[in-house]
Amino acid sequence: MSEWERVCALDALTPDRGAAALVGGHQVAVFRLSAGDVHAVDHLDPFSRANVMARGLVGSRQGVPTIASPMHKQSFDLRTGQCLDDPDVSLRVWPTRVSGGWVEILNEARSGAA
Amino acid sequence: MTQKKKLAVVGAGMVAHRLVEAMVERGADETWDIEVFGDETRPPYDRVALTSFFSDRDPEDLLLGDGDLWKRPGVRLYRGSIVSRIDREARQIHARNTTFDYDRLVLATGSYATVPPVEGSDLPGCFVYRTVDDVAELRAWVTDREASLGRKVRGAVVGGGLLGLEAAGALTALGADTTVVEFADWLMPLQVDQAGGGALRRIIEQLGVTVRTSTATSKLRPGRDGKIARMQFADGDKIPAEVVVFATGVRPRDELARDIGLEIGERGGVIADEGCRTSDESIFAIGEVAHIAGRVWGLVGPGYTMAEVVADRLLGGEASFEGADLSTKLKLLGVDVASFGDAFASTNGSLEVVYADPTAGVYKKLVMSDDAQTLLGGMLVGDASAYTNLRPMVGRALGSDPTGWLLPEGMEPPAGGALPDDANVCSCNNVTAGAIRGAVTDHQCTDLAGVKACTKAGTSCGSCVSLVKKLMETQLAEEGLEVSTALCEHFAFTRAQLFDIVRVSQISTFSELIEQHGTGRGCDICRPVAASILAVLGTGHVLDGENATLQDTNDHVMANMQKDGTYSVVPRIAGGEVTPEGLIVIGQVAADFGLYTKITGGQRIDMFGARIEQLPEIWRRLIDAGFESGHAYGKSLRTVKSCVGQSWCRYGVQDSTTLAIDLELRYRGLRSPHKLKLAVSGCARECAEARGKDVGIIATDKGWNMYVGGNGGFTPRHAQLFAEDLSTEDLVRAIDRFLMYYVRTADRLQRTAPWLESIEGGMDAVRAVVLEDSLGIGADLDAAMAVHVDTYEDEWAATLADEEKLRRFESFVNAPETPDPDLVYVEERGQRRPADDDERAVLIAGPSIPVRDEEVVA
Repeated sequence: MSEWERVCALDALTPDRGAAALVGGHQVAVFRLSAGDVHAVDHLDPFSRANVMARGLVGSRQGVPTIASPMHKQSFDLRTGQCLDDPDVSLRVWPTRVSGGWVEILNEARSGAA
Repeated sequence: MTQKKKLAVVGAGMVAHRLVEAMVERGADETWDIEVFGDETRPPYDRVALTSFFSDRDPEDLLLGDGDLWKRPGVRLYRGSIVSRIDREARQIHARNTTFDYDRLVLATGSYATVPPVEGSDLPGCFVYRTVDDVAELRAWVTDREASLGRKVRGAVVGGGLLGLEAAGALTALGADTTVVEFADWLMPLQVDQAGGGALRRIIEQLGVTVRTSTATSKLRPGRDGKIARMQFADGDKIPAEVVVFATGVRPRDELARDIGLEIGERGGVIADEGCRTSDESIFAIGEVAHIAGRVWGLVGPGYTMAEVVADRLLGGEASFEGADLSTKLKLLGVDVASFGDAFASTNGSLEVVYADPTAGVYKKLVMSDDAQTLLGGMLVGDASAYTNLRPMVGRALGSDPTGWLLPEGMEPPAGGALPDDANVCSCNNVTAGAIRGAVTDHQCTDLAGVKACTKAGTSCGSCVSLVKKLMETQLAEEGLEVSTALCEHFAFTRAQLFDIVRVSQISTFSELIEQHGTGRGCDICRPVAASILAVLGTGHVLDGENATLQDTNDHVMANMQKDGTYSVVPRIAGGEVTPEGLIVIGQVAADFGLYTKITGGQRIDMFGARIEQLPEIWRRLIDAGFESGHAYGKSLRTVKSCVGQSWCRYGVQDSTTLAIDLELRYRGLRSPHKLKLAVSGCARECAEARGKDVGIIATDKGWNMYVGGNGGFTPRHAQLFAEDLSTEDLVRAIDRFLMYYVRTADRLQRTAPWLESIEGGMDAVRAVVLEDSLGIGADLDAAMAVHVDTYEDEWAATLADEEKLRRFESFVNAPETPDPDLVYVEERGQRRPADDDERAVLIAGPSIPVRDEEVVA
């Protein structure tokens, strides 16, 4: 069962900076870009296994909006979660929407996996 | 496996070092055990740079290579070991009261400095100029004599050649009144002609050195104390002299070879063939002891070539030595002297093109073929800047009016691109223009450091570096590989250029900067660089407004991220001085928050394991107790380390602790291209290890000596002497300007040592900017530092006073106080540390993993 979870007011997010949120027990990194779009990916850095992605720097690489792990600086595509420095690694992407000034994240029940 | 063969090398000078290096580079240490015997107590050092020992007192800095060569398995250096005898039959050498077997032996014993048979030449106070020990004894003698005489020492150098002028420079640097005595009619008779010698003499006399040519020394006389006091000449004249240095020439150290009947040259030197093999085919001779192709070669360049030849031959190669270029370029007493090719115009029909300006102290001469087309050689006195470009052109058509090369502001000499591939660019290491181009085309070198490492060009005397750089850049351009100095894909500028853009345009936000001067959104490279530049030039809080989005997490939350995503906290302990009460506060905070504590290398205390949401509360406690941010997280000043100094230490000559605290408080929070570390030692024992720092200060009895460009890390460097005996006021101004100039002009993540190397003119140029204001920016640098000092505020105190800023320390935006649930710790030696993967598995799942319950959970 999937449902949209309200995590914070849009204004609570600093443009081009991340924040961590708890969504159904998962740690999610939420980013509001200065262009206005909001993205959410796993907070867990798959390389260091530490929950730090929300504390990375956002940027762009060849036009792709990116988030760089603050631990060892690997960059990920914020839209797809794909790691741009290692094709075998990616972050889970969490669907987001802004509704009535609130940032909401879709807590998708994933079939099969725990 | 076959038994390794044994190579014995007698002599441990520069050429022996190169031989071992060449063997190791070729992997020959797999098949050879190499044993090197040197009579000096030091590992091989740079004898050519001996005089620099006066300005830079540490003989360690002269050592060749990084010392790792001697730690390799299969390579052994025996220092202080005199080889007394060679047994050709048994293939053994006698040294260290025992014998060593060899399969092949290399003689690299070099030469002795000769002392002419003049009465009194063995009096106390007479020296030669050959080894570090010679130089150290000379220095001690002059210092002692000056102290006991209570006035300047009067010194004389016998010999007005290259070595003599080096020695005269050394005596002058030691504060002695110096006279140079030369038997020939002019100075440096082997390198320059009479007119050149005359020009040299005028320049040197202006420096306060007395010159006597056409003069033979006949006698040296002692004073009543038995020490050297007077010098008498063949013409009956005499001068007082309390120190005498003989620089009359060198003689090959060929006694070992004579003893065993090897063939010896008429005027000394072990005769060897073009493979450097002596009359005993198991024995080679290289360097100044070798007599090859009809003569002994007294420069390091040919010696290096011989070393390469022997390394190649030992591995079955056919390399040969067929003579070498004896061109030289030197700076003697601050005067440029160069001589190359057929400098004395001995070629039939050759023409000489001369430019002389006695008022400017310049004499230049080119020797051309009879049709005035081909360069045969030349000499340059007073201004040798054309040498680097001219020397490789010897034997080739100059392609332009030769006078153009000689005029002070004449034609721009042809660029490196004009040089043919076989032109020898680095004569010390025998590197051709083609090899340098090959480093770019075949070995993908894209910067000077890469080309130097790949070819060895420019790594000995360094005089060809500018030409190597030009060749490399031309080749890169031809390959279409433009040398990109761009910071990243978003800015086509270097950090220094970006700094100037921000300074001049007074841009104060990243979005303005990238909109006007860049593209895209930026990245983890350019954002922190911009933050650092804005922080130096602006006056606001590093976390104010938009700047907050530019900072790496460490700068953003003002703590250092550790492997599990928690942070470490370091309060400032200026100069390493802390009260017992302060220690108790730190201890209590660490205990209350369960932090792991460790003493840092910068004399302060690091507390690990603080979660992001705990940082404000930890800092509230620390700030209430009087602590402030230590900036351990920033590319900024870290610490000023100090020894306890005069206030307690029985050896201290200055108050190093007070100075260290004052400096740390002055430069705290200064954002820079990389971290900055300083240290102050209260005496020459150097307990604060100041020479390992970006700026190191060592007390003298007259003030402070300032060293710059030291660091630890991946490529450790010793700091070099920058200025001597400064008052505290002058010292602070010099550091202000040095740091601010570095902050303005260095590249991203470039520490001071590589920055100094990258500046055109190197340390001398920076010294001129800082001490003599050569660029006229001194007042500007002073003002910039004054702004920094005046507007400093503690970032942590400011953050705690700002509710908005505190929001970034929330662990979760929808659960601000909830700790990261995934953190797991284990205890070790009474403190905690993050659990490793195996420990986590056990701690989270319990000691036994259930086998079947899994399905129920899913």
